[in-house]
Amino acid sequence: MKQNDLILQTVTKVAAFVILLFSAAIFLGGHYSPGGGFVGGLMTSAAIVLLLLAFDLKTVTAILPIDYKYMIGAGLLISSLTVAGGLLFGVPLMTHAYRYVDLPLLGHISLHTAVLFDLGVYLVVVGVTMTIIQTIGESE
Amino acid sequence: MSNLSFLPVLWPLFTGIILIFMAKKIKLQRWISVFSSLIGIALSSFLVFSVHSQGILTLGVGSWEAPFGIVIVADMLASLLVLTTNIIGLAILLHSFHSIGAEREANYYYPVFQFLLIGVNGSFLTGDLFNLFVFFEVMLMASYVLLVLGGTKIQLRESLKYIIVNVLSSSFFVIMVAYLYSILGTLNMAQISQRIAEVNQPAILTVIAIGFLIVFGLKGAIFPLFQWLPGSYYAPPIPVMALFGALLTKVGIYSIFRTYTLMFYHDQDFTHAILAWLAILTILIGAIGALAYWDVKKIIIYNIIIAVGVIIFGISVMNEQGLTGSILYIIHDMLIKAALFLLIGIMIKISCSDDLRNMGGLIKPYPALAWTFFIAALSLAGIPPFSGFAGKLLILQGAAQKGDYLGMAVVLLSSLIVLYSVMKIFMYGFWGTPKADYRLHGAAVHKMLIPAVILVAISILFGVGTESMYPFVSQAADTLLNPDIYIKAVLKE
Amino acid sequence: MELLLAIVIGILFMSATYLMLSKSILRIIIGTGLLSHGAHLLILTMGGLKAGSVPLLSDEAASYVDPLPQALILTAIVISFGVTSFLLVLAYRAYQELGTDDMEEMRGTKTNE
Repeated sequence: MKQNDLILQTVTKVAAFVILLFSAAIFLGGHYSPGGGFVGGLMTSAAIVLLLLAFDLKTVTAILPIDYKYMIGAGLLISSLTVAGGLLFGVPLMTHAYRYVDLPLLGHISLHTAVLFDLGVYLVVVGVTMTIIQTIGESE
Repeated sequence: MSNLSFLPVLWPLFTGIILIFMAKKIKLQRWISVFSSLIGIALSSFLVFSVHSQGILTLGVGSWEAPFGIVIVADMLASLLVLTTNIIGLAILLHSFHSIGAEREANYYYPVFQFLLIGVNGSFLTGDLFNLFVFFEVMLMASYVLLVLGGTKIQLRESLKYIIVNVLSSSFFVIMVAYLYSILGTLNMAQISQRIAEVNQPAILTVIAIGFLIVFGLKGAIFPLFQWLPGSYYAPPIPVMALFGALLTKVGIYSIFRTYTLMFYHDQDFTHAILAWLAILTILIGAIGALAYWDVKKIIIYNIIIAVGVIIFGISVMNEQGLTGSILYIIHDMLIKAALFLLIGIMIKISCSDDLRNMGGLIKPYPALAWTFFIAALSLAGIPPFSGFAGKLLILQGAAQKGDYLGMAVVLLSSLIVLYSVMKIFMYGFWGTPKADYRLHGAAVHKMLIPAVILVAISILFGVGTESMYPFVSQAADTLLNPDIYIKAVLKE
Repeated sequence: MELLLAIVIGILFMSATYLMLSKSILRIIIGTGLLSHGAHLLILTMGGLKAGSVPLLSDEAASYVDPLPQALILTAIVISFGVTSFLLVLAYRAYQELGTDDMEEMRGTKTNE
């Protein structure tokens, strides 16, 4: 199907980046305010889906040459390694560690192992959503 | 705190993830799967022995102690079932190398296989009702994929029905959890049990108990809720069918074990009487199905339903013999059903038909297959000294002690029908004159036969060595009979 | 508020039942979606409806709402998201392969294998 929707394409070029940045903000803010890996992941995939709608599958795979199935695997691996970290330190699995640090530019912030787990969730959600959409989209 | 109790879940998860990255390398996937299964068996045997020596092991996930966080509880029943699951997993894995087909292997069969094991092991080990729901969903999700993998017409058709039935039952599960939470304010199984005991199970909790029976009955295929089973289990290839037949229904039964011995045991005149009646009807329906069909797959599938009935009947008796018998029988049934499915799979492969009327004379070209099947059949029917006998005997003793003679009669009768239905397969399949030109080479058959032989051998050992297994099984039954042991171990009071 | 939510849940369950009893597979899938929405709202209602602050240690910690139902709902939503998307893909594939979306025509008889 040939697409030639100038307005949508022009808007998408800007909007996709705004959505991506916003999803990153939501993902990182997830620990103390609403957000997190799942929502952030869904929003990122929404941005990619917008690209798919405005352009076509070929263009988008040229921009993002990712095998989303490996993305699912990578996400699961990160999450489960975080879970298994408890084995190394002799504490119950999934035990969460955090500390406050002072970083240049960012100031006084807290770093959590839960973010690693959430990163895994994020990757899995993007991977799963995009795999589903690509599978249906490809078969036309 | 013991991380060991969660390892049987974490280990297949790692294996599954690693296998995803090796999608193209089938040989490597096979080797890693087998290696991982062996480690899984070692881990779960270690778990069984640890539970035997130290009592129930618990793990408050994320350092959140019970009842505030999710708690993983490895009691003897759960550990024994996890061990059985891992053994069956290995056997079915070995069988699938030669029978699942290259196309399915290339489409993530082995990773999904591991994910199914995560769900099953997790359901056994969890001590939190909502977490049980989550592991159920993990297991079901993997089973959806395995069921539809390959995408033949019958698979697509049946998996749609299977998924819709299970989505319905999952929603029902969530609804029941919501009601229970509003009444008791907790989802930790030990605390639920404690609080139900405090209020002595008023009628509303009995209603919820029946609600849970519907949920778990749908998974475990008890009498009015079994209709989805024969169709859905018929569709996938043999290894998947064996996996489903041996494991999935048993998870439903295990949940009935848990809920009806740990939580809802105060109004036994009502709940356990219903359980007994449903069990009897389940056995009868299964018996009718097993007698009616000429299709070997259908005969064994209806035998699953009979076994479900027998085990549920043992739970409904609710005394020491009945529960011990049920535990012995569920382990026996998992092993022997997996073996039988693998065996009929080989028969179907040889004769290219699943109708008994198109088979015959298999004993001459394939004697090893015939005699393995013969032993498995006797074992299924519960002929001493094979493994089904001790469990059934104890269930009958328990029923006699309780005075439920109708149930006893039905269970006894069901043994005869089971024997008849599998002997029908033996007589029509192995005796007589060959109906077709069997071309399958002996060596190819032997490769597929090895896993089934292993399972049958374990089952014989289990039957002959019931005496030495008894301390483990009675420890499991003890926990079921005295919920206090479980509550104390989890809540550390 | 509880009464209103009870009515909403009832309507959701009712529509879900109606849709799931129809023959078209797409309607059944929408029905399962509505059913799980109803179940999630039920958890929320059953957990006790209360306006309060987030369950974190802060000045308003005394008036926090019960976080457990929310955690349960989030989990259940993620699960039903996964199952529904799988079901949609499957229905699409089944439609391509079997050429029908009518459950009546998907009966397991020997004739349509």
